[in-house]
Amino acid sequence: MSKYDVVMGAIIPKPRSSVENKTGGWRTRRPVIDVEKCVNCLICWIYCPDASIIRLEKYVAVNYDYCKGCGICAEECPRKAITMVEEG
Amino acid sequence: MGKRMGLTGNEAVAYAVKQCDVGLVSAYPITPQTIIVERISDYVANGEIDTEFVCVESEHSALSACIGASLTGLRVFTATASQGLALMHEVLYAASGLRCPIVMAVANRALSAPLNIHCDHSDMMGSRDCGWIQIFAENVQEAYDWTIQAFKIAEHPDVQLPVAVNLDGFTLTHCLEDIEVLDEGDVKKFLPPRKPIYRIDVEKPMTFGAWAMPEYYYKFKLQQQEAMENSIKVIKQVTEEYSKLTGRSYGVIQSYGLEGSKVAVMALGSTCGTLRYVAKKLRESEGLKVGVIKLWLYRPLPQGDLASIIDNVETLVVLDRALSPGAVFGPLGSDIASIVVKHNLAVRLLNYTYGLGGDEVSIDLAEKLLKLAVKVVEGVKPPSLTGYVREVV
Repeated sequence: MSKYDVVMGAIIPKPRSSVENKTGGWRTRRPVIDVEKCVNCLICWIYCPDASIIRLEKYVAVNYDYCKGCGICAEECPRKAITMVEEG
Repeated sequence: MGKRMGLTGNEAVAYAVKQCDVGLVSAYPITPQTIIVERISDYVANGEIDTEFVCVESEHSALSACIGASLTGLRVFTATASQGLALMHEVLYAASGLRCPIVMAVANRALSAPLNIHCDHSDMMGSRDCGWIQIFAENVQEAYDWTIQAFKIAEHPDVQLPVAVNLDGFTLTHCLEDIEVLDEGDVKKFLPPRKPIYRIDVEKPMTFGAWAMPEYYYKFKLQQQEAMENSIKVIKQVTEEYSKLTGRSYGVIQSYGLEGSKVAVMALGSTCGTLRYVAKKLRESEGLKVGVIKLWLYRPLPQGDLASIIDNVETLVVLDRALSPGAVFGPLGSDIASIVVKHNLAVRLLNYTYGLGGDEVSIDLAEKLLKLAVKVVEGVKPPSLTGYVREVV
């Protein structure tokens, strides 16, 4: 028995621990979607490295619990429908 | 009981691997261990074993492939030497940090420059702190025996650490020796299939190789150190079981002629044979008493056992086969000095380097060294407390 309360080798035996760790707090800029411009092409949804784009019926939204504000969605949006706004 | 075979060190290690039901071997051939993986690939090609043999483009990739395979729960082996081990360096830490019980043979050899393919321990000492258990074999029989024991030590639930079995390049890897090998059935009984605690399984997803924030990182590293310390007990259990099985006595240290000796020499690997031969000769012909301490287990350092042995001698000559430029003592010398300080021992310590790049210690040179040690214990001031054996004696 180890006196250290960690799992050997930094193994995480239970999956989905990433859901428990909300990484939205890392963000310095937030993507804001202009739903008037969004045509639901889903390019942002494909590109988002953190699976933080939520698919809705006619447009997309951002899951701010996990979005780290990298800005890839804004860069890739062909309609320029996403703007990165400084976090207050 | 097993049969006798004429095998070189390389062939003996390959033969042990063949008997250990290894799931995967990934290696990149480098002198002087090339023959180990060549023989294993022969066994695979001939259908004698169903081990997966993965050819890769470098030692860095070889050990990386071994880690992946080990995490799936397989028993894994690789072999390397000198520059190859140096190229593996960063991956060595990943293997121990991920707690992969990989066994690796290291055919000890000098590092460049200048170019040199012969034996010394600079390679392993350069990766001394990589978190691997490190064992040094004295002869071909030991290289075979330790390879089998290494899997059992590495895979023990209290250990779960990689093990490096060191054998002196050329001196052992390329020298033919008459050794006794075990029957396959005995090896199977001694070494049952690996039982991984955690393993990569698509049915049961887990995360391996996770990031650790500062408040956790040190705990994982200290837990690794804890496993290192726990392994001494396990190694003693395993060697005891193996000694019973084979009649060949193993442990963490082997000492010779310490009774009644005020002076002893300590070394790793094949040179211990020469030292013991000379110590026996001097005892029988001239009545000079010098003990020889062979350290089988270099990491973890069996400090308790060493302290009680060192406590009984007045002068101890520690021999290092690797240079630590700019340091006071060589790696083994520094280790022993730290034991002397921690356990408050009263011993005069001399630390000499020898055998760099295959500059073997001959019987003549060993005799001069042992006689010098005897003079020191009689009160003669040694020419130097440190230095290179050939220059000092």
